[in-house]
Amino acid sequence: MLLSTRPRRAPAAVPVACDSALTVRGGAFGHGRDAAITGVDLAVRPGEVVAVRGPNGAGKSTLVRGVLGLCEVQAGEVRLFDVPRARFRDWHRVGYVPQRHTVAGSVPVTVRELVSSGRLGRLRAWQRFGEADRCAVDCALESAGLAGFDRRLLAELSGGQQRRALLARALAGDPELLLLDEPTAGVDAASQRVVAGTLAGLAATGAAVVVVLHEPGPLADVVTRTVTLPGAGARC
Amino acid sequence: MLSYEFMRLALAAALLVGLTAPTVGVYLVQRRLSLIGDGLGHVALLGVAVGLVTRSAPVLTALLATVAGAVAVEVLRARRSASADVALAIMFYGGLAGGVVVVTRAPAGTPITLDSYLFGALTTTTRGDLVLFAVMAVVVLAVTIGLGRSLFTVALDEEHARASGLPVLGLNLLLAVVTAVTVTLSMRVLGLLLISGLMVLPAGCAQLVARSFRSSLVIAALIGVTVSVGGTAVSFYADTPSGGTIVLMAVAAYAVLSIARMARRGSPRSGPDVVPAPVRPVGRPGGVPLPR
Repeated sequence: MLLSTRPRRAPAAVPVACDSALTVRGGAFGHGRDAAITGVDLAVRPGEVVAVRGPNGAGKSTLVRGVLGLCEVQAGEVRLFDVPRARFRDWHRVGYVPQRHTVAGSVPVTVRELVSSGRLGRLRAWQRFGEADRCAVDCALESAGLAGFDRRLLAELSGGQQRRALLARALAGDPELLLLDEPTAGVDAASQRVVAGTLAGLAATGAAVVVVLHEPGPLADVVTRTVTLPGAGARC
Repeated sequence: MLSYEFMRLALAAALLVGLTAPTVGVYLVQRRLSLIGDGLGHVALLGVAVGLVTRSAPVLTALLATVAGAVAVEVLRARRSASADVALAIMFYGGLAGGVVVVTRAPAGTPITLDSYLFGALTTTTRGDLVLFAVMAVVVLAVTIGLGRSLFTVALDEEHARASGLPVLGLNLLLAVVTAVTVTLSMRVLGLLLISGLMVLPAGCAQLVARSFRSSLVIAALIGVTVSVGGTAVSFYADTPSGGTIVLMAVAAYAVLSIARMARRGSPRSGPDVVPAPVRPVGRPGGVPLPR
């Protein structure tokens, strides 16, 4: 399967530590023995905002989940910051915004508690939250347009605000590679613009962004390159 | 009441259990594993029976059986197999049935009967027991408070925790072991059939009134201590079984808080109960199997 790429804009000229934030060569991903997506070649450089598009069932989410190790890599190679995924340990450098609201809610959880949980990858198990961690959480809340919402219960937020809270959780870890799975699906235009602004800001600092999109909407302006997955033969 | 040595020991044991069990329960409720403690209580019974038959300490054999059961539960959940639900049922009821059968082989004149483990026999607590209980309580609290942030993150969103590089399986196993320790710690106070009540009901109460996860943990522990110590005192004066009295007080606390909340908000439908159910991405096999 060949991926068509469509350059939109040159990546921001920023100092970078390594050439590639994410490289996939001949990747096949899926669950069990079924590959949902095969023959993926993708390279994302720091500072780029790459949109992954394609019809329903093309395997967009599976690609993202495969990179993160949430489903199996059945063939090919995945490298994160030039390190093969199997040997990659610096997961705190990678942020993830899942497709839907996957936060289970039996016990009341505040927005700050959710967003703080995104910082945990940068802390050791017994380590307490420091000033830098609290600042990172404040910054993340502000960039996601949720300043002042930190004591609110997650359950009391609208759908769009909950999606932005999930974005803030990913931002709290100061990711150098951010993977977002349809962050704007079912979100009002105002929230979409907030997300677009946040991603543009993040890319300007040299982070690489991969965003799965069904409808580009306001995000079209910040995307530097679009990768389209063909839908044929996909199952997942 | 405090002039009796056995009541002082009983109240101390009730305090330890009332403090520890709800701190574990909050994580179990958040992970929708409320009934796991009940299942592990069944498995513990086999351990107790083996302890009685072999004339070794039933608390230790129960601890071994429960820890093994808890680890098996987590391994089954991690494999996400469709038959995991049935496998759990087999383990839980196999444990209960095994306990009932094995205990009949206990040597004649065994002082403690299975009943005291099923429904609790708080007033038989000895000084030696209390030292063991205190050690277990410290272990449990070290994990539920010390590693609270990690356990919370996994309980909140297991998949995101895995993507962040957290040792999810290890943390789940740790919570499972701590649950097992709590079940064993609580069995003399509450009885194996009522253990889940003190783990889950205070967490349920906290869910009604708390405004954050951290405050849920604190409120659950406060309610746990109150009903546990209060229930023990009531059972002394009213001459009722301690385990049942404690759990009934927790049920009453839940009822009072629910009514208070309904009265305050004017609607029973608002609040944490209306949180959207977790939606799993398409293509991911199965959800989290319930314990039973």
